Amino acid sequence: MKFDVLVDVRLRGGIADPAGATIERALPALGYDGVAGVTVGKTVRFTIEAADEAEASSRSEDLCASFLTNPVIEDATVTVVPTGAPTDGSTGADS
Amino acid sequence: MATSVGVVVFPGTNCEMDAVAAVERLGGDGRLLWHGDEDLAGVDAVIVPGGFAHGDYLRPGAIARFSPMMGAIARFAADGGPVVGICNGFQVLTEAGLLPGALQKNQGLKFLCQPSVLRVESSDSSLTRRATVGSELSVPINHFEGNYTCDAEMLARLRDEDRIVLRYVDNPNGSVDDIAGVCNEGRNVVGLMPHPERACDELLGSADGAVLVGSLLDAA
Repeated sequence: MKFDVLVDVRLRGGIADPAGATIERALPALGYDGVAGVTVGKTVRFTIEAADEAEASSRSEDLCASFLTNPVIEDATVTVVPTGAPTDGSTGADS
Repeated sequence: MATSVGVVVFPGTNCEMDAVAAVERLGGDGRLLWHGDEDLAGVDAVIVPGGFAHGDYLRPGAIARFSPMMGAIARFAADGGPVVGICNGFQVLTEAGLLPGALQKNQGLKFLCQPSVLRVESSDSSLTRRATVGSELSVPINHFEGNYTCDAEMLARLRDEDRIVLRYVDNPNGSVDDIAGVCNEGRNVVGLMPHPERACDELLGSADGAVLVGSLLDAA
């Protein structure tokens, strides 16, 4: 079976995030007051072949821990869904 | 026969010729090693130089770690062979697990390209054996992700085991405990963000890096 995997990589608390800080500082000048806690991370998407969702998850978590993130400075959330299924809770149907 | 120093070249490395020139100026034999090869061709020491290995994609050093040459370097280091990672090379060695910690983005949000003053904290490493503890060296830095970090437990170990070999006198990038360079438990693998190979001749503004590159030749 094929699964779609989405890895959301974030800097851990206390790790310098110059992109997030710069965006946050720019917002008031654009008229967006009251916006705080801006952080910039990255998203990695791929598909993976696995017998079932549990195997797809465990292999993706492995890949994430050993390569996609550096655990000294980053955290990540891994989302696995069967290919073709919606990832955002919507029906996936376009009107 | 001159001491041979292998300088590893990844796609995106850009400081290899500076490293070779510094080694040769100090009487060594600098040789380029391609990252895709699987052996060190019998060199006596290894430099992982600066640049942007594999474009720094994903994270600096993250992809370089998987190059065949890195397996050979890990074996060489495990046998006590001297290995120095400079700038991007330091990032590669932390990603490869040959050195602890990680390099995060500079605290001041700027890419830094300037002289820096380093204080020698330990002369017991393959990069500092010719240097005097407490002496200060003017060596340039050139990085955006040079802010050294590690967890509190590792920091305590590095201090207790005298593995912080170089500190910044005026911390330019936010590195924890002013760390500019650290070594492994065996003291044969050293990583630092400043570029000693660019400070081996007075014409370049400082020859203070020669004591570090010379130490590596002695360690080989």
